[in-house]
Amino acid sequence: MAKLEVTHLNKTYSPKIVPVKDLSLAVEDGEFLTLLGPSGCGKSTTLRLIAGLEQPTRGEVLIGSKNVTHRSAGDRNIAMVFQSYALYPHMTVFENIASGLKLRKTPVGEIQQRVAEASRVLDLDGLMQRKPSKLSGGQRQRVALGRALVRKPDVFLLDEPLSNLDALLREQVRAELKQLFQSQNTPVVYVTHDQTEAMTLSTKVAVLYKGDLQQLDSPQRIYSHPANQFVAGFIGSPQMNLLTLPCENSHALLGEARVPLPQVTEPQPAGQIVLGIRPEHLQVGKQPDCTAVRGQVFLIENLGMSDLVSMHVQNSELTLRALIANTTLKAGDELVLSLPPQQLHWFDIETRSRIPVQPETVAH
Amino acid sequence: MAPSTPVVTKPSPTQEGVNWKPVLLGITVFLVAIFSLAPILWQLLTSIKTNADISRIPNVYFPREFTLEHYIQLFDRRPFLRYVLNSAFVAIVSTLLCLGLGSPAAYALARLRLKGEQLILGLVLIVTLFPYILLFLGLLEIVQILGLGNNYLALIIPYTAINLPLTILVMRSFFQQLPRDLEDAAKVDGYNTVQMLWQIVLPTTIPALVTTGILAFIFAWNEFIFALTFMTRETMKTIPVAAAQIGGATLFEIPYGPIAAATVLGTLPLVLLVLFFQRKIVQGLTAGAVKG
Repeated sequence: MAKLEVTHLNKTYSPKIVPVKDLSLAVEDGEFLTLLGPSGCGKSTTLRLIAGLEQPTRGEVLIGSKNVTHRSAGDRNIAMVFQSYALYPHMTVFENIASGLKLRKTPVGEIQQRVAEASRVLDLDGLMQRKPSKLSGGQRQRVALGRALVRKPDVFLLDEPLSNLDALLREQVRAELKQLFQSQNTPVVYVTHDQTEAMTLSTKVAVLYKGDLQQLDSPQRIYSHPANQFVAGFIGSPQMNLLTLPCENSHALLGEARVPLPQVTEPQPAGQIVLGIRPEHLQVGKQPDCTAVRGQVFLIENLGMSDLVSMHVQNSELTLRALIANTTLKAGDELVLSLPPQQLHWFDIETRSRIPVQPETVAH
Repeated sequence: MAPSTPVVTKPSPTQEGVNWKPVLLGITVFLVAIFSLAPILWQLLTSIKTNADISRIPNVYFPREFTLEHYIQLFDRRPFLRYVLNSAFVAIVSTLLCLGLGSPAAYALARLRLKGEQLILGLVLIVTLFPYILLFLGLLEIVQILGLGNNYLALIIPYTAINLPLTILVMRSFFQQLPRDLEDAAKVDGYNTVQMLWQIVLPTTIPALVTTGILAFIFAWNEFIFALTFMTRETMKTIPVAAAQIGGATLFEIPYGPIAAATVLGTLPLVLLVLFFQRKIVQGLTAGAVKG
């Protein structure tokens, strides 16, 4: 039970390859932090730096306010679950789970008791004497989790542990993981490129891109207040509509429609601004207090519970995508969509960062 | 060596109703097996024929009478057991040395980012291309200077050196395909480097070690030129040399029987070795470690 902190972490392989530029984070007991980002964003490297499998070029890793930057992975009292599970092929399930405890000279009685406990939680009874090659993917995954759990580490690290499971099993294990780690009261750092996993599991999400931290916030705020255009586009499925619009006085022009700009202190220098609106927030027809946009439908994709409708905005090159339930629309139809002002996101055309709308309270 | 099992093709009944594929497959397998095994069979049969049958014209292919006389002669007239032990000792020691020196080198080449790694690999590869007969004269000088003639070291050291490049290359490619996560998991679990290599890497490496070990062993067991030159004392000779030097009672007699018996006895350990380890060389011993 200890707080995990990293300060000004940097990993430089060569001047051109800098997977982690300058990262500072803190994860408290019982917090579940997800490092989220596309592949190559530095999230796995960050995890390996925390684990001690790589040495940072600069910066420090602190566990329970002790500096462990120069300690080996085995001395940090962390446990890690790997994407490939990395079970020892020549050992039985029991030996796999117990190996870390044996190395730490834990008394035999306690090893057996702890393994039995993990086996009960993870439903591994009856598999204890099998070799990993005789297990299914889901079972291997649970053994890998068991190996981490019995250690009772100060920090849990998980590197895309669900990505090798098929879709159905993944959803089930995801729910189990959430319950499991809620009961642990230990910092958890979880790496994934899957935003659904990040949103459902985490108490905090760190969005990384090209070695830089883009946003560190609760999943809810990442969704409702993306800090910049990258986060806005990365989080949410289907993707947010991001439109580059010209500005005129206090309005942005979207085809014939005039969208009131937020009350910004500085005027937009380039005369342009990026408007973001999620497909699920667009409403059909003219709604009160909303800007309405007229256009022509050109594509309808059925997503099951609703349809994703794409339309060309009238008198403009732009397209909008909207999630509409139970629609009878077909390609070629005319459509009017309303943009609810409280669901609009504005981004600076130069810096790509969020322009705060007046009533919203943003910590700056 | 027995031919590898051909790919089993799915029977596809032709229009005439006769399925030729399995028939052709059977015939082919039979022909390949005969082609590979006939000389060995001939030696085996010769070694148990009577002398009269061996020299009879026309040839007696499948004898009616069997005798162990040639084998008995082999052990009676010469210290044949001694030759077998010499061969075994030299081959086993040089194989173990090969694996013991080659595997750590291969691991270092596979895992550490060494400067000049490509250069080292290139050199290792060049050594494998070098015909080892060319080393022979130089080696002879060295053996003379060091006074290593009639010493096991005179064979063990060159055999190890010749087999090392192959060992390094094979083991390196094996280590490269060994999942790195496995070693990382061991480090996180608290294994130090030595424990990790010994308890995690080594057990997963056994199939590759056995395979390369067998190759090195076969080379050392069969090697002739060095053994012939560096070992002149009767008690130090290895099997290939001893078998070649079996002479008749007179200059004009070629003792086919004892030579055949020596060949069979010299081959038998190799056959047993391969048969025994075939079960151990299970591909995919690492299966289950990681999801492929």
